[in-house]
Amino acid sequence: MTAMVKAEGVHKSFGAAHVLKGIDLEVAPREVFCLVGPSGSGKSTFLRCINHLEQINAGRLYVDGNLVGYRQKGDKLFELKDREVAAQRRDIGMVFQRFNLFPHMTAIENVMEAPVQVKGETKAVARERAQRLLDRVGLADKAGNYPSQLSGGQQQRVAIARALAMEPKLMLFDEPTSALDPELVGDVLDVMRGLAEDGMTMIVVTHEMGFAREVGDSLVFMDDGVVVESGHPRDVLTNPQQDRTKAFLSKVL
Amino acid sequence: MSVNTDKAGRTDAPPPGTAPETIKAVPVRHYGRWISAVVVLGLLGLIGKAFSEADIRYEAVPDFLTDSSVIDGLFMTVWISVLAMAVGLVLGIVLAVMRLSKNPVTSSVAWGYIWFFRGTPVYVQLLLWFNLALVFPIINLGFYKDEMSDFMTPFMAALLGLGLNEAAYMSEIVRAGIQSVDEGQTEASHALGMSHGKTLRRVVLPQAMRVIVPPTGNEFLNMLKTSSLAAGACQYTELLRSTSNIGNTTGAVVEMLALAVVWYLVLTSIFSVGQYYLERHYAKGSQRSLPQTPLQRITVNLKSLGRPSGGAA
Ligand SMILES: Nc1ncnc2c1ncn2[C@@H]1O[C@H](COP(=O)(O)OP(=O)(O)OP(=O)(O)O)[C@@H](O)[C@H]1O
Ligand SMILES: [Mg+2]
Repeated sequence: MTAMVKAEGVHKSFGAAHVLKGIDLEVAPREVFCLVGPSGSGKSTFLRCINHLEQINAGRLYVDGNLVGYRQKGDKLFELKDREVAAQRRDIGMVFQRFNLFPHMTAIENVMEAPVQVKGETKAVARERAQRLLDRVGLADKAGNYPSQLSGGQQQRVAIARALAMEPKLMLFDEPTSALDPELVGDVLDVMRGLAEDGMTMIVVTHEMGFAREVGDSLVFMDDGVVVESGHPRDVLTNPQQDRTKAFLSKVL
Repeated sequence: MSVNTDKAGRTDAPPPGTAPETIKAVPVRHYGRWISAVVVLGLLGLIGKAFSEADIRYEAVPDFLTDSSVIDGLFMTVWISVLAMAVGLVLGIVLAVMRLSKNPVTSSVAWGYIWFFRGTPVYVQLLLWFNLALVFPIINLGFYKDEMSDFMTPFMAALLGLGLNEAAYMSEIVRAGIQSVDEGQTEASHALGMSHGKTLRRVVLPQAMRVIVPPTGNEFLNMLKTSSLAAGACQYTELLRSTSNIGNTTGAVVEMLALAVVWYLVLTSIFSVGQYYLERHYAKGSQRSLPQTPLQRITVNLKSLGRPSGGAA
């Protein structure tokens, strides 16, 4: 079975700042893959490379067997056109720390937007699926609300529904709960747990170690642009081998 | 999942029977307001007196207010302003996108355009368009070929002169609007697989409109007045030209200027109201509830007048 995501020696620099220093990892289909690490270690950057919001400088990155952002002919790489990059992104859902809902559209319009604009679905079909997805994240009665009329937790659940509307085969979560008040975190994690049970492949950057332990199939600890330690969440969290992992976990657990 | 906390609350209403005592305090006296009001009224009175004693026959103003040539001029002013503004807006958006483009050729072309059209007087630009036949005697667009002097009518020259000049200003307004939209919006849109164009049209521009509309209203009011330059530069008979024509033939020169002032004020007032509703439209979603329209505010005030204040229950 091909890996859903495969990274081989991925490097990324911003000018002089070398942020990712050779990341190798593999995410299997239906796997819940947790990414933890201190601030500035490059977790968000890696996630953004996966759907080509950032361009990598060296190495190879594959999603479902396809090279991200490039086409390889022989040993030559060709950059994909904007349209082809957009097509690749359709299959990858992304949920942001700060929600990034479209503020001028209601909840249901947010969810309908991409299927109508990108897939050319009719509004009726898109609306029906959007209503179903909002129902699934527990917000059926908030369909007509603008984002400014929703709590943070509700906004994040709409954002998840919006990503799901494109029926992605991979979901990327970048600290989906860290902008939320503690009492709102549970609702969002519940939705993610449900997604995991339905077999969605997920890469989750998170500081919620409880969630990682319960729902995660594997966990990677990143520091300073490299993978320091990886394994099953239970093993890494309860019995870390590396000093850097121990130091980090002693701070967050 | 508990989602209905939103409907809770409402426990802080006072129990019936114990209506809180309304505060009766002596309001702060705003003496400054009264004094300044008197000063302003006094000044207005003096100005009004000076104008009423001047040698102006105001009776002539209503006589010509709806004169057919005045109405024609009025229509021409609105027509050229709306069209030139449309040209300015569309071209302005194109230029703004070009200016923000990563392609160095497109962004330099936009920069050069803006540099030239903002850097020269619009009056000169109008003269140049009207006299373009001196440079290009024949216009040949491939599908269209004509004598330049036939093509460059007063209307055409005014439209190009005003519209292309406006585009330079509008592009800077649009650029400011686009840059005011959070980058996270573009990212979210791209992450959903939306193209650059769709992202711009569906996500960025609608949000940028909140920043774009107010200065665009300014630009439009300016355009209504600046269009009068087209009379002198390219013989376009708009409001000011048609009123001063009447003034010249009847000798009521100043009277007709007053008439033009009345019409310009009417036009700018009407379009200001339009701007208010446009701003309200683009405020959608940015506030928890939309501000009341003037009409709604009046009806609410009227209704509250009918109710006895204090609300003794
Ligand atoms: N666009 C950019 N330009 C320059 N530097 C950047 C850019 N994006 C990220 N960086 C730098 O890359 C490093 C890693 O950032 P990244 O956002 O990936 O960290 P992170 O692990 O997600 O941290 P956090 O937990 O705080 O979100 C940081 O030092 C950051 O300053
Ligand atoms: Mg981050």
